[in-house]
Amino acid sequence: MFSLEHITNEVQNWLSSNFSSGWVLVWECLIVIVLTTGLFAVLGLVLVLMERKVAAQIQIRLGPNRVGPRGMLQTVADTLKLVMKEGLTPDLADKFLFNLAPFLVMMVAMLLLAPIAFARGFQLWDINIGVLYISAVSSLSVIGILMAGWASNNKYSLLGAMRSGAQIVSYELSAGMAVLSIVVLSGSLQITEIIQSQQNGWWLFKGHIPAVIAFVVFIIAVTAETNRAPFDLAEAESELTAGFHTEYSGMKFALFFLAEYINIFIVCAIGATLFLGGWMPLHIGSWGGFNHLMDYIPSSIWFLGKTFLLIFLIMWFRWTFPRLRVDQLLALEWKYLLPISMLNLLLVTLIAILGWHF
Amino acid sequence: MHNEAIKDFITGVATSAIFDESGEWLTVQAEPAAWKAMATALRQSQFVFDYLFCLTCIDWKTHLTMVYHLSSTVYRHTIVIKANLDRSHPVIDTVSDIWRTADFHEREVFELFGVVFSGHPDLRKLILPDDFEGFPLRKDFEDPINMIKL
Amino acid sequence: MYTETAIISDNTLAGPEGELVINVGPQHPATHGVLHLVITLQGETVKKIEPHLGYIHRSIEKMCESLSYRQFIYVTSRMDYLSSHINNLGCAICVEKSMQIEVPQRAKVIRVLMSELTRIASHELWLGAMAMDLGAFTPFFYAFREREMINEIMEDSCGARLTMNYMVPGGVMYDIHPQFREKTKAFVKQFKQKVVEYDDLVTNNIIFQNRMKGVGILSKEDAISFGCTGPVARGSGLSCDTRKIFPYEVYADVDFDEVLETGCDSFARYMVRVREMHQSIRIIEQLIDNIPEGDFQAKTKAVLKPPKGEFYQRVETARGEFGVYIVSEGGTTPYRIKFRSPGFSNLSALDHMARGSKIGDLMATMGTLDLVIPDIDR
Repeated sequence: MFSLEHITNEVQNWLSSNFSSGWVLVWECLIVIVLTTGLFAVLGLVLVLMERKVAAQIQIRLGPNRVGPRGMLQTVADTLKLVMKEGLTPDLADKFLFNLAPFLVMMVAMLLLAPIAFARGFQLWDINIGVLYISAVSSLSVIGILMAGWASNNKYSLLGAMRSGAQIVSYELSAGMAVLSIVVLSGSLQITEIIQSQQNGWWLFKGHIPAVIAFVVFIIAVTAETNRAPFDLAEAESELTAGFHTEYSGMKFALFFLAEYINIFIVCAIGATLFLGGWMPLHIGSWGGFNHLMDYIPSSIWFLGKTFLLIFLIMWFRWTFPRLRVDQLLALEWKYLLPISMLNLLLVTLIAILGWHF
Repeated sequence: MHNEAIKDFITGVATSAIFDESGEWLTVQAEPAAWKAMATALRQSQFVFDYLFCLTCIDWKTHLTMVYHLSSTVYRHTIVIKANLDRSHPVIDTVSDIWRTADFHEREVFELFGVVFSGHPDLRKLILPDDFEGFPLRKDFEDPINMIKL
Repeated sequence: MYTETAIISDNTLAGPEGELVINVGPQHPATHGVLHLVITLQGETVKKIEPHLGYIHRSIEKMCESLSYRQFIYVTSRMDYLSSHINNLGCAICVEKSMQIEVPQRAKVIRVLMSELTRIASHELWLGAMAMDLGAFTPFFYAFREREMINEIMEDSCGARLTMNYMVPGGVMYDIHPQFREKTKAFVKQFKQKVVEYDDLVTNNIIFQNRMKGVGILSKEDAISFGCTGPVARGSGLSCDTRKIFPYEVYADVDFDEVLETGCDSFARYMVRVREMHQSIRIIEQLIDNIPEGDFQAKTKAVLKPPKGEFYQRVETARGEFGVYIVSEGGTTPYRIKFRSPGFSNLSALDHMARGSKIGDLMATMGTLDLVIPDIDR
């Protein structure tokens, strides 16, 4: 059966039989760098194409359909265009910060990739505080956005960055609470253990209604954290033209664009891991035959399937809802989501202590 | 509401007003100096002229004529008030404090005809560039580049 | 064009008193054209809005002074290009009034049908653009699906999709296309089916309602004082539908309601336009099977020479009351023409309506004004 774990083990064995342990680490690092960069490029292309196709389907039109078969190379062409464009830096901009910001945003996205389990045994870094690591690192991206907004010397950018700052910092709280409820249920911060704890059922189903509430809160909060509509106030085009990246062009803009999509992928991957069992196949109670059949589907397919389902959900939001106003955005978080998720966390704790979950 | 009643009222406010009923609506020729008082009175009168729907100017080469189309949203009657202005120093009182729509319309007339509205809160150019010279809608305006003589 | 405030805003981040002055437009996604607003902000709150017009000013009134009475009508299509039929109609009626031309009944009915189709098309576009101002893209495509059908109907009869130039003094330029009835009926059928989708997607959306309700308040007194007309004034409960108050063409004979909402906010203006589309459909349904036979154009002289005098005609465009004021000296060209455009007066109320709201609400309020910039600048 096709298994990524098998491949990584082969590589590991081959390397350790040919090189000393120090060189093995170096080679593995190189392979990881190549793979991550490749994944980023592919993800960017696929997600942008997916967004455009999803949007087109929702908006009763066709979407890209000229470049390549069924328009599949459209994003490649777009990337080529962005690469060839001149990367302008405004005159009075803070040049160092202006150029640093897109890379910072990108690096944060890259760092977040480390603890994600793509398949059974296929993970870069199974850190024992994986969930904590994700929460900590993901809040760094706001620095990049604030930096971009401030350094551009553009009032639209500044307004967008300030909005983004208020938004990401606020919504991190309820996202954290939602994540915590799964940590409470599974009793571990480590990604592998959280996935293992869902062997006999996903937390979304096992954790009763509180888990469903946590899931909904999580989806809303991460949509806001990734600056996606209906929470795209940081780049609200009808108000702030393009928000914090108004002054960016060419590849620097592309990095922001890419980082947005990578961030969506990552938050959806985390959502899939925590609530939908990561690479765990769908198992239903005592249906032995069904469960066995599900096991035949490779774990990487399960993981990607769940992740892309959530990505589709977030895209669906974007093309359906109008944008919130800035005060409504903050009111939603501080007056509704945060109290709900706090109460929910209490309920989840109660369930965990009394062992009411399945 | 009959034109006679309106005429009586206007004569009471401004004795110098001249009436003309040949057109679609009652037309009143007023003195520029008496216009402000007349406008205030019309707005507050029992005829409720609360809706200024058109404010413009005509250049008659010898003089400028301000034209105000007033209507009532209650009684739906309409009157037209005209005031002749001196072409070299066209000055008339603003009515933007009575009908706020006059704010924009007077600014437009100011830049296109050069009529100065005394008492206007913000009499600046609205449509034309700030450094534009001349008054385009006057009949003697010449622009050799943009105007094509037919 | 740049006044002191605008120049300050270009060089420093903070204006006087810690306020932020930003230029919205002339190139900005929310201004739907080349409107330039200089807005003063305190944080997210709008302190002052100062419109700077004229980026598309062509001095149409001056141009009309050198065009004949037949020619100048075509220029008016370029003002409010979304209700070009109705602009043309206003001018045509004004010229007919001055010349005392009797328009055949068939032409009158065709004119009303075209006007109402235009009104629906304009409101459809507005609906999409409005939703876009609020950050929702999809309604735009839904609205354009129906608008496209109207455009095709127009294209058949007028040969144009935007600047129709179909109304001429004395009637309409051509007879309607043989398929006009059929296609219009198909449109009415489709519209009735699909309009439910707008309600699902936009009207009943909780975010949309929260964004619209209680925002951009314009009281009835202010609406009158600012000279607001059309859906903007009717959203404030001011009865001002020219079609009802001063009926022209066959509006007096058809049965329709003047849509009034008393909410005075953005949502009321939204509802007025949506309900107005239904009223227009009602008018079309009454007339489409009753187009009388006969001439589509009265016999007129080749050169029109209205007598000396002043003529004013108002019509109800999709945006409000459009007035044509012709001063004739008896010649072949008008001595002076003034177009009273609805957008100009409606825009003047923007500062009053949006002052003290958030930036997002400013855009939403501006959206509900349904501004067409060439209509304002002329």
